[in-house]
Amino acid sequence: MRRRDFLRTAAVFVSGASVSLSALEFLDPGKVLAAHPQLRWAFLVDTHKCVGCGFCVKACKIENDIPLDANVTRTWVERYVIKKNGETVMDCPKGALDGYTSKLLDQGKSGKVLVPDKEVAQAFFVPKLCNHCELPACVQVCPVGATYQTADGAVLVDRQWCIGCGYCIMGCPYGVRFFHPVERVADKCTFCYHRISKGGNTACAQACPFGARRIGNLRDPDDPVAKTVLNQRVGVLRDEYGTKPHVFYLGLNKEVR
Amino acid sequence: MVEQAAQMIVHGEAWTIKDLFVLPNEYVYWSIQIVMYPYMTGLVAGAFVLSSLYHVFGVDRLREIARYALVFSFALLPVAMMPLLLHLQQPLRGTHVLMTPHFTSAISAFGIVFMTYACIVGAEIWFVYRKFIVDSVVRLEAQQARKGLDGLLLLIYRGLTLGVRDVSPEALDSDHKAVRFLAGLGIPVACFLHGYAGFIFGSVKANALWMTPLMPVIFICSAVVSGIALCIVSYAIFMEIRKWAARHGKHWLLPDALAHGKHAVDAEHLRGVQQHEVTMTARYLLIFMTLAITLELLDIIFRGYTAVKSWDILRDVIYEHDFTKIFILQYGVGNLLPFAILLLPGLTVRRAALASLFVLFGVFMMRWNVVIGGQAFSLTFDGFMHYHLPVIPHDLETFKEGLMGALLVIATPFVIFYFLNMIVPAFMEDKDAH
Repeated sequence: MRRRDFLRTAAVFVSGASVSLSALEFLDPGKVLAAHPQLRWAFLVDTHKCVGCGFCVKACKIENDIPLDANVTRTWVERYVIKKNGETVMDCPKGALDGYTSKLLDQGKSGKVLVPDKEVAQAFFVPKLCNHCELPACVQVCPVGATYQTADGAVLVDRQWCIGCGYCIMGCPYGVRFFHPVERVADKCTFCYHRISKGGNTACAQACPFGARRIGNLRDPDDPVAKTVLNQRVGVLRDEYGTKPHVFYLGLNKEVR
Repeated sequence: MVEQAAQMIVHGEAWTIKDLFVLPNEYVYWSIQIVMYPYMTGLVAGAFVLSSLYHVFGVDRLREIARYALVFSFALLPVAMMPLLLHLQQPLRGTHVLMTPHFTSAISAFGIVFMTYACIVGAEIWFVYRKFIVDSVVRLEAQQARKGLDGLLLLIYRGLTLGVRDVSPEALDSDHKAVRFLAGLGIPVACFLHGYAGFIFGSVKANALWMTPLMPVIFICSAVVSGIALCIVSYAIFMEIRKWAARHGKHWLLPDALAHGKHAVDAEHLRGVQQHEVTMTARYLLIFMTLAITLELLDIIFRGYTAVKSWDILRDVIYEHDFTKIFILQYGVGNLLPFAILLLPGLTVRRAALASLFVLFGVFMMRWNVVIGGQAFSLTFDGFMHYHLPVIPHDLETFKEGLMGALLVIATPFVIFYFLNMIVPAFMEDKDAH
């Protein structure tokens, strides 16, 4: 065979083969799994059970190396006191790290206020954490892709890549993000991804003495959290932002922000 | 108190005071440098638009200030990036935005838009000054004994010619065409550069004050206003300096006198040029100011009329907490007062410069009220955050994100302009030039 003929035949073969091969799709197992994930982490908060002890906050800070004395936290517990005249007073001193042991409500610069018992119509606690949204605003606005969403729904931060611009902190409608005082990058609740991905429980759920916090898999029909979300009347926070949050609340009041 | 001192201060805590119900992680994270960022970008874009008024639309009366505005815009350009770097918690990773942009984010476009714009302004300056550069090379090469500085200048000018020394009428004619094309192309890019700074804020859906599609347009209009105002103020001041220098023979302040001999600069002539240019430019300032105020008021009226959930807290912020900053300082001192000063008959240079100073202050307050005002209330809509600008720095953070950092950002373009002006004289009057 002459060299010219060989080259011509080879060219025809390669172009013909590439056209027909392009019809085939090379499947990446990871992508297939991501399209139909077996796992979608979700969190269930039963506000009826929360007593505002703050164990979850402390456990979270210790587990995830957030300095205890720093005024930022991955999870916190809010206190709501609704008066008989309809007025609502709320507070969350230090994210409830030390628990609610006083009836005085911390109003920041406006000082502390006491609502007399006889004026109280109802009072309750609401634990908060990252909602690991399906359409997270923080992931959308990160200019370098340092904040990302895993296939199983968790929203995480790459500490090696975050530039610390704070756009994600501004973009989050739930105020769950902050700058880590030591690492100097954006930080947030990970659902204790390092624990749950190995079959463990989140630090906050484990520390809760009353079972007010539970992590679960929405894709598993036998999962107790999935069952509750499906069968009971649960609410989510601020759905008007279209982020599709995945922390579900039992007993959510309209007063809860 | 001892416990307080030992406590770890997190970012934002040093200058934020919380009132009523504020979430534990909420602070004024975007502080003075993020006020400076749209302010400086606005000045860049505005100065460029002013120069384009002459180059593209042939507003001949703006010829002298147009060339100055172009060079000054280039001096401002690197400073637009400075506040961002001072603000980043990890400034050394700032290049990630250019290297691995995540295109769903508004900030990721920064590198591309900024670079495109820098190339356009740089190229336009090159075409405008090409004849001057070639002339300078010829002049300096003809010198027998060159002093140290002249040697350096020759080296710079030789580099700047890019190997082209053709100054035939045909070549200059194509330079003209290139300038007009670049100035025309530059207007949309300058608007994009700044409109997109507005988009960064306008697209934050979590922030009730920022989220409005009007934000980019408001930003562009106020950008043009502030850019023109800065050009008027600085042009007036620089011309004063030049008049003084021309009278006292201080040639190190007069690059064109260095180039063409001291006869090129005449104090009386300068006064005439200054008066003409400044009063002309002031007229354009008025037009853009009207546009900017209309849009800003439309935004407030619309919010009050539609009164969605967030209006309760926004009303508190706008009409109570920030009333002085918005209505007295921004609209009163920054808009109404200069309006009156500019509209009174018999406009002089000093009055135009004074009015422009007020306008600059007003636009700065507008940026402040957007950036800081947007963080003055909590996501709970039930609490407030007060921002206290760190004046005397006690660590790197309070320097970078305090008054000193802001002053550093303001001072830098003037330093850059001094050196840039030595190479491409911004005040050169040349009847053949563009």
